[in-house]
Amino acid sequence: MSTQTPALRLEGIVKTFPGVRALDGVSFEVLPGEVHALLGENGAGKSTLMKVLAGMHQPDEGRIYIEAKQVIMRTPLEAKAKGVVLIHQELSLAEEMSVAENIYLGELPRKRFGLVDTPTLLAKAGAILKRLNCGFGPEVTVGDLSIANKQMVEIARALTVDAKTVVFDEPTASLTDAEKVVLFDVIRDLTERGVGVVYISHRMEEIFTISDRISVLRDGSYRGTLITAATNEDEVTQLMIGRSLDLTRKHEPTDCGAIALEVKDLSCDSLFEGINFKVHSGEVLGFYGLVGAGRTEIAETLFGLRTPSKGAIYLEGKEVKITSPVAAIQNGISLVPENRKEQGLVLGMNCRDNMTLPQVGDLTAGPFVSDGAEIAIFDLYRDKLEIKTPNWRQLVGNLSGGNQQKIVIGKWLSMHPKVLIVDEPTRGIDVGSKSEIHKLIRELAKQGYAVIVISSEMPEVLQVSDRIVAMYQGRIMREFTAQEVTEDNLVQAISGITASGEKAA
Amino acid sequence: MTTSNRTKMIKRGAIWGFIVLELVFFSVAGRFLSLSETRFMDLDNMLLLLKQSAPIGIIALGMTVIMINGNIDLSVGAIFALSAIVMLDSQTWPIFSGLSEFTVIPFAWGLALITGMVLGAINGLIVWKTGVDAFIVTLGAMLGYRGLVFMYNGEQPTFQLNWTLVDMTESSFLGLEFPAIVFIVLTFLVWLMMTRTVHGRNAYAVGDNRDAAVNAGIRVGPHMLWNFVLIGFLTAFSSIVFYSASGSVNPNDGELYELWAITAVVLGGTKLVGGSGSVINTFGGVLAIQLLRKGLGHIGADTETVNLVIGLILIAVLFLDRQLNIKGKGELRT
Repeated sequence: MSTQTPALRLEGIVKTFPGVRALDGVSFEVLPGEVHALLGENGAGKSTLMKVLAGMHQPDEGRIYIEAKQVIMRTPLEAKAKGVVLIHQELSLAEEMSVAENIYLGELPRKRFGLVDTPTLLAKAGAILKRLNCGFGPEVTVGDLSIANKQMVEIARALTVDAKTVVFDEPTASLTDAEKVVLFDVIRDLTERGVGVVYISHRMEEIFTISDRISVLRDGSYRGTLITAATNEDEVTQLMIGRSLDLTRKHEPTDCGAIALEVKDLSCDSLFEGINFKVHSGEVLGFYGLVGAGRTEIAETLFGLRTPSKGAIYLEGKEVKITSPVAAIQNGISLVPENRKEQGLVLGMNCRDNMTLPQVGDLTAGPFVSDGAEIAIFDLYRDKLEIKTPNWRQLVGNLSGGNQQKIVIGKWLSMHPKVLIVDEPTRGIDVGSKSEIHKLIRELAKQGYAVIVISSEMPEVLQVSDRIVAMYQGRIMREFTAQEVTEDNLVQAISGITASGEKAA
Repeated sequence: MTTSNRTKMIKRGAIWGFIVLELVFFSVAGRFLSLSETRFMDLDNMLLLLKQSAPIGIIALGMTVIMINGNIDLSVGAIFALSAIVMLDSQTWPIFSGLSEFTVIPFAWGLALITGMVLGAINGLIVWKTGVDAFIVTLGAMLGYRGLVFMYNGEQPTFQLNWTLVDMTESSFLGLEFPAIVFIVLTFLVWLMMTRTVHGRNAYAVGDNRDAAVNAGIRVGPHMLWNFVLIGFLTAFSSIVFYSASGSVNPNDGELYELWAITAVVLGGTKLVGGSGSVINTFGGVLAIQLLRKGLGHIGADTETVNLVIGLILIAVLFLDRQLNIKGKGELRT
C-alpha cells in the first residue's frame, strides 16, 4: 500500500487563528481506494483540517499534494475542480429545487439563449442516482426527501466531477442504522472505483467497520496513524486522549450541602426523556455525552428557553414552573450558554454593561441607570474573577475568550443564583485560560453554589465534576461518582453501553 | 489611540463634518450662483431650517429607537396623516361643542397622540405575537392605515382652522419657533432615554444580540411593543406640531415620510441591523438633509436634482461606512 501514490497528501500544515493554533504541523495522506478515518476530540482540529482540505481555509504553512503534484486551493470550487469534494455535516442543499438541479447547481447544462437543458439534466442526474442505488428520481424536490436521501444528493453532487478524494464529515450523525448500511455500501463502492475517502467521525464502532487506517489529532497536532485491522478501541482512545489518564482528582472533594435542584422525569418531545438528577449546593455535576445527546437541551429547559412535555423541577425542595428565562432568573437559575458570542454576550457593548445586563433595572437612581452602582458591581466581579481588561469601557468583543467567559460568569454571579449551569465552559478558550476557568468553577462550588457543567471534553468533566452524568441519545445512561468514573466506563456509557455491558437500543 | 477607537471617532463625527462641509459649500457657491441677495448662513435662514426639519426630525427620533432595536417602521407616514385628521376633525365633534378654541386644544392633541400610540401598539403587538418581521408588518400597516385615512374623508382634505392654535404654534422663544423647540426638546428627551435609562440600555442589547438579551432575562416582545408605541407617539406629536399651524390635511400627506426618516437615521450612522446608533447623530442627519435641500434650492437646483443628490449621498455614506467596518481578516469562523 505504501508504494502507492497518495490521492491526497498534506504536509506540515499549520493554521492559526487569533489566540488559537488550530493546526500545528499536521501531516495526513489518503491513498486511492482506502477509507482513512480522522479522529479526535472536539476542538482537536478535525474541522479545521477538513476546511483546509476543501479549500475553505488557507494554511499558514505546509504543502498540499494531489497525486504527487503540489497544489494550492484557494476556494472550495477550486478544490472540487481538482477532485477534492467535501460532504458537509450540515447539508447545503436548495430545498425548493429538484434533486437534479441540486446535483448540477452552478453548472446546469444549457441550451441556446441560456435556457436550462432539462432533458440532459435529468438524464445525467438520473445516471448518477442509479449508480448510488438511490430509490428516488432526479425530478423529486429535495425538501421532500429524508435526511439520509438528502445526503445521497450531496454525494451525487460529489460524483459529478471526477472526484479523487471525498471527505465525509460526521456523515452518520442523523442517520438510522439501516441508512448507515446504505451509506457504507456507497462508500465501499467509491473506494472500489479508486477514490480515496476521508471519514471523520466520533463513533468508534463505525470507524472500525468502515476504515482501513485511522489517524488521530489532538490539540491541533498529529498523533499518529494506526492500521485499523491491527489495533483496538483502547489504543485509539489512548492516542486520542493522549495520556495514561491521570485519574487522581485535581480537587478536594467538597462537602455537599442540601439538594439545590432536583429534576424528576423531565422530558421534551424528541430531544430527551425521563431525565432524573439532583444537584446539591457546593457540588459540581458534570454532564458528558456526544454532541446531540440532549445535554444542552436540558439546560435550555431548566432555564425556561424550552417547554418540557413532561416532568417536574424542584428548587430547594419546592416545585417550580419555569416558563421563561425571566422566571428562571427570578428562581435563581442561571445559564452560561454554549455559544458565548451568539447567546451570552452583546459584543457591541462594553464590559460593564454586559455584566449588569440582567439586573440593570434594579440599579437605578430615579429614572436613570446609576453609573456608580454599575461600576461597583463590575469592579467587584472583575477583582473576584480576575478579569483582565484595561477598564470597563472596553468593548466585550475585544476581550480574549477566557475573559469574555468570565464576564458571562460574573454577570450571573452578581445575581446570586442558587444553581449555575455552565454549558461548554471552555469552548474556544486557550489552554492557559482553561485551567483558570476550571479553578473558578471549583471555587464556586466551594462557596456553596450548585454548579452544572456540560462539556464535550472528557478531561474537563473529569477534572471539575464531583459526579458525572453520562448521556446517550436523550437519555441518562449512567451516573458516576468521582471515585467510580474511569475514561473507559465513561466512553462506554456515552456510546450507549449500559452498566451491565449491554448496548442500548 | 487604537485603530478601532479612531474609526469610532471618525464615524461619530462624520455627520457633523458633513454638515460643516455643506455650510461652507453652499455659502461659497451661493455667492456665485444664488439669485437672492441673502446669505445662506443667515441666522433667520438657519432658524427656519430647524423649524422645517422638525416634522421629519421628530419621526426620525422614534425611527432611531426602532432601528437600534433591529426593527423598522414603514407606517409612520400614514400614522402622521391619520393623527392629523383626528386632531383637526375632533375639534368639530359635537361632544366638544361646549369648548372654546382654547380649551379644545388639549382634547384634540390628546386624541391625536392616542391615535398614534394605538396604531404603533397594533404594529408592536403583531410583531411581538406573530414573530413576523417588522418590515412586513409595518409595510402592511402602511397600506392599511393609509386606507383608513381615505375612508375617513375620501379624497377630500380635512380642514379646521383654529386661530388660537395657529398663534400658539407660530409663537417663538429666543427666535426659535414652536416646532423647532419641540424638536430640540424631544431630541434631548429621547437621547436621555437611550443613553441613561434601563429601557435604552435594553434597546441596544436587543438590537445587537437578541438571543443574549433573552438569555439575560429581557422581555424582548414587550420591549419592542413599547418602542412601536413610542414611535407612534412621536409621529403623532410631529403631526400635531405641523397641522396645528396649517389646519388642513390632504389624504396623501405624509407619504414617503417613512423613507425620509430612515434616510436621516442612516445618514446619522445607525445600522439597519440594529445594535448601534445615536439620537444626536440622527438629529445631525435630519439637519444635513434639510441643509442639502435648502442649499441646493439656494443655488438654483430644482427638486428632482435635490432628490438625486440626496440619493447618491446616501449610497456614498453607506459605502464609506462599510469601508470603515471591514474587520481584520482571518477571523475565526465558528
